[in-house]
Order: sequence, then C-alpha cells, then structure tokens
Amino acid sequence: MKILTGNDLKTGAVTWWDGQDWSLHVEDAVDVGDKAEEIMGREESARRVNVPYAIDAELDGNGKVRPAHIKDRVRALGPTVRPDLTLKPTEPEALNWVI
Amino acid sequence: MYKYDQYDQAMVDARVEEFRDQTRRRLDGSLAEEHFRPLRLMNGLYLQLHAYMLRVAVPYGTLNSDQMHALADIAEKYDRGYGHFTTRQNIQYNWIKLEDAPDILADLAKVEMHAIQTSGNCIRNISSDHFAGAAADELVDPRPYAEILRQWSSFHPEFSYLPRKFKICVIASDTDRAAMRLHDIGIQIVKNDAGELGAAFYVGGGMGRTPIIAPCINEFVPLDQLVTYSEACLRVYNRYGRRDNKYKARIKILVHELGKEEYTRQVEEEFAHMLEQGVEPPLAELERIKTYFQDPDFKTGLTDRADRSDPDFALWIDRNCHKHKAPGYVSATISLKPVGGIPGDASVEQMHLMANLAKEYSFDECRVTHAQNIVLPHVEIGRLHELWTKLEEAGLGTPNLDRIDDIIACPGLDYCSLANARSIPVAQKISERFAANGKADELGQLKLKISGCINACGHHHAGHIGILGVDRKGVENYQLLLGGSEAEDTSLGKITGPGFSEDGIVDAVEKAADVYLAHREDGERFLDTYRRIGMDPFKEALYG
Repeated sequence: MKILTGNDLKTGAVTWWDGQDWSLHVEDAVDVGDKAEEIMGREESARRVNVPYAIDAELDGNGKVRPAHIKDRVRALGPTVRPDLTLKPTEPEALNWVI
Repeated sequence: MYKYDQYDQAMVDARVEEFRDQTRRRLDGSLAEEHFRPLRLMNGLYLQLHAYMLRVAVPYGTLNSDQMHALADIAEKYDRGYGHFTTRQNIQYNWIKLEDAPDILADLAKVEMHAIQTSGNCIRNISSDHFAGAAADELVDPRPYAEILRQWSSFHPEFSYLPRKFKICVIASDTDRAAMRLHDIGIQIVKNDAGELGAAFYVGGGMGRTPIIAPCINEFVPLDQLVTYSEACLRVYNRYGRRDNKYKARIKILVHELGKEEYTRQVEEEFAHMLEQGVEPPLAELERIKTYFQDPDFKTGLTDRADRSDPDFALWIDRNCHKHKAPGYVSATISLKPVGGIPGDASVEQMHLMANLAKEYSFDECRVTHAQNIVLPHVEIGRLHELWTKLEEAGLGTPNLDRIDDIIACPGLDYCSLANARSIPVAQKISERFAANGKADELGQLKLKISGCINACGHHHAGHIGILGVDRKGVENYQLLLGGSEAEDTSLGKITGPGFSEDGIVDAVEKAADVYLAHREDGERFLDTYRRIGMDPFKEALYG
C-alpha cells in the first residue's frame, strides 16, 4: 500500500494522511493508491502539510499500518533511544515494531 | 572572550528581524517551501526526522556562563529539556517549532549568539582547540585568529554561495586536538627560525564520502596576511569547485584533482594579486580582538598538588584534567558520555550546572569540544575536589576521556534525515559492554567514533576504531574501520571487511580490542599496535 507522510508546517511534527486530514498516528494512515500526487499538491498548497511524500507501507498481523522502511518507522514513533519522547512514552514495547 | 561591538550586534539583530518576517510569510503562505528552505537553512534551521532542528553556532567552541544558561533556557522553553553538543563544537535542538524559531534567535542575540551560517554552502563556524588560551603547549591563543576569520567570513558576499559547505579550523600547538587536517582549511599558528609567528595552511582535507587528509600548501604565511591568504584559497575554490556534482564539490576534490602543486600555484598567483588590493584588515583590528582574549587574572602561589586520597577523584584527575600553562591550574573536561548515555546530550539542569561551575571555577568560561564534551579551561588545582564532587552529584563526573566509552556519535537515524542507521544505540551498547566486562581500564586510550551515514558527522574515518552505519536492503548494517586518527598523527581508518548487525558490531569491537590486548607491547596504544601489526590479525579474529 502507498501512504502519505509529511510534517506539520508550524510545529514540524510528523503527520500521516488519514483520508480527510493529517494525523500524528501512523495507524490512521490510509492507502492512497494512485492519488498521491493529487492529494499532496492540494494539501501542500493549503499549507496543511509541509514537504509531503509517498511511501510504501503494509499492514501487520493486527491490521496496523506499518511503513516499509526503517527511517519512516522511526519517524512514526520517535527516537528509539528516548522512549520518553515518543508518541507512546508509557509503552516502551511500542518500539518493538520500529526496529 | 570576544564581546560583540555595535556592528556585530546590529548585524545579528537585523538578521533576527529579517528571519521573523520570512517566517511570517512562510506561515501565511506568501513564501513556498522551495523559496523558504534556503532562507531557513541560512539561519541553521533544518527539517529533520521528527521536527525542525536548530543548530546554534558556538564560535571556536567558547561560551561564557550567561550563554550556557541561555542555551539551557532555550532547551527548556522551546525544546524538550535537552540539547545535543556536536562534533563541530556547536549545539543542536531537535524539537523546534517553526513559529518559535524567530523568538529563539532573538533570545540568542541577547547573549551574542546566533545560528547564522550553520548550514548551507558557506563558511561555517570556525573551530579551534578546546584548550585554547589554557594549554601549556600552545604558541599563542589561536582564538583571536579564529575570531578575525569569523568576522571576515560572516556575511562575506563572495562566499555566501560556495560550491559546497566550507569548514575552517585554527590551532596553535603541535598537538592537534581539533582534527585540523580534516578540515577544508586547517591553519596551524607556527613560529619560524627567526622567531616570528605565522600560519601553516593545510587545504583540502575532510571526511564524508571521500576522506582526505589536507596537504600543507604553505608552511608559513605571515600573520598580517592571514585573511588575504585565506581569501585566495577560497577564491580559487569558488572559481573552479565542481558545482556540477554535489558529491565532487568540496575543495578536497578540487585540490586532489588539480594536484597540490597546481592548486598552490593558483592560490599563490591569486594571493600576489590580492596583496595589491589591500583586503587584509588593519593590524589594529587584530590587536583590538586580542584584548578580548587576554589571560584571566590567574592567581600566583597556588598549590600544584591535589589531595588524591579519594581514588575515584584521583582517577578523574588523571583522565579528565589537562596540563595548564599557569602554575596551579588545570583544564578540566566534563564528560557527556556516562555509561549507556547519549553522547553529547546535556539536560537543562546539567547545562545550568555547567554554566554555574564555569562562573564559579573557571573565570566564567567553558568550551565545547569536537568530541562532544565540555571543558572548564581554567580551574585551580586546589579547588578540583570541590568541583568534582558537584559534577559527580549531577552524573557529570565520568572519568573516561579518550577511552573506549568516550564515544563520538552523530545523531544517526534516531534524529537525522540523512542517516542510514542508528548511531546512538550502538554507542550505548559498546559503552555498556565495556563497563560490564571491565576491559575499558585495560585498554587505555582508544578513540571510537560512529557515523550513521557516509557523511561522517561522527568522524568514523578518524577513529582508532570507526563504525559506519549503512542501509543494507532496509536493514541497519555496520562497517568496522581500524587505524584512523584525528590528531597530529592524522590517518584514515580502513574497513575490515563485511559489515555486522547491531549486536554483531558490539561483539566485533570487543574482538578487535582483544586482539590489541593480546599483541600490544609496552606503552602502545590501540592505534600504535594496529599500525605495527597491520590489519591481518584483526581480520582473522573477526572473520577467521
């Protein structure tokens, strides 16, 4: 599947296209099929996202969206060396799928 | 240390307001990202893996306590409670919001700091010896020369759009503590047979994907021609550097392709022409700058002995303190490498503490080292125990300078959008491994450096042991290098062979260390043994 990611213009936070808006959580990402360019152009023009790009992803055994490349998996959760600064600071095991 | 004059302050203040307006226009949509990106980069603002990253310049690594407090305040107010000291003697913040960036720059300007020219194809922060002005073995304090080059290179219109970034280093001792020959221009202040001071120019060094040790192109440039000669070096590069290919655009490629002799000939020709133009700043300006770097008011009659009855304290003195030019003083290094810690990271509390200790114990000064530690340059030996006790209480008393756990590591894939692999977890695991097996003490000096990609921000080419993280079909893989050095015996490490997994590289480092322990002769460091016995015994242990 193809999903879209980028950064929030004001905060720089990593965001994912959920079909309607940009979510902080990769689990909300939707398959955009062949609509990537169209969505990115529209959303960037509206300044709802900064520097968006399309990546490959897949669903894991629990049906959760996981980016194919490690770099995007690190982006999805946060630095592996600072679990306290990730999106799930109280769940250190959340990093298990990143690496 | 240097104090801004009205021109410095006016330039920095004007840049803050200019960037505030640019940011406003980006946020309201008047500026597209493609137009804004070069503007934010000129102010040190990158877009990294998790957020914007701001790189703040620390000229030649020197800070006063007010500046260190300000850096801590920024970490607390605008970031997530910590900063990362880098191999370029700068500091980076990883969680910056674009809308806050102008206010951060304004806060920096209040303490005579900025982020200008910390990115982009321009002359970057001038680096220097972290013991400058304190070391017993230096000819002079190199920082006035670094400062005049900083002023010359700041906003220099001719050098704002170079083929690639450009890094200059200035030292003034035969012992190289700043990786001088691995810079685009490395300058060593030297003395000639007549006893006059001059500058030896090493041009075309660097790490990255094509590591090269800079050759010396002129052994003695009179100091009243320092800026002119630097400008001649830059002009030839600016004219002929490879703008067509990013990977061949650094000056090291130009010097290598032209050859040292031809590059030097062109520089000398340009230099002769420029001498007639009178571009050198008046000597009075250098003398004015020197007044800011006069020795602090060192006391006399101080004890040169510390009470070594506490073995932990004695160990810290032996490992983390450096001989000072003034009797009764040492330069003390605060290690930012606790066992299992993140190299170069310091919390808000630690930064405030280091600022307070600089004020109380070191004439209001501290330094950032290229090895990602902090130095208090002028500490009375008689007050060392008091200082060490406070450091210990804050987790800053690790006695490991230049040892295997004093690891240089770039931010790697945990933070950096260019990285292919994580650096920090590897550093943490190696540090923990050698703390657990007790071999660190036995190994003595062993400089280990890790980069998460070929750009080599973690100086892996120059490590006695170097590690380079690569991407192998989407999986992190780590190459091992042996035999590098960033010191006066500069050398580039060689790759041992096929790479290793994250855990495998930790085992590999231990095996390499064991080979050294098995083969070393009296007084040999790891590097000396490697140079004597060569790669084969290490390869045998790693792959045999």
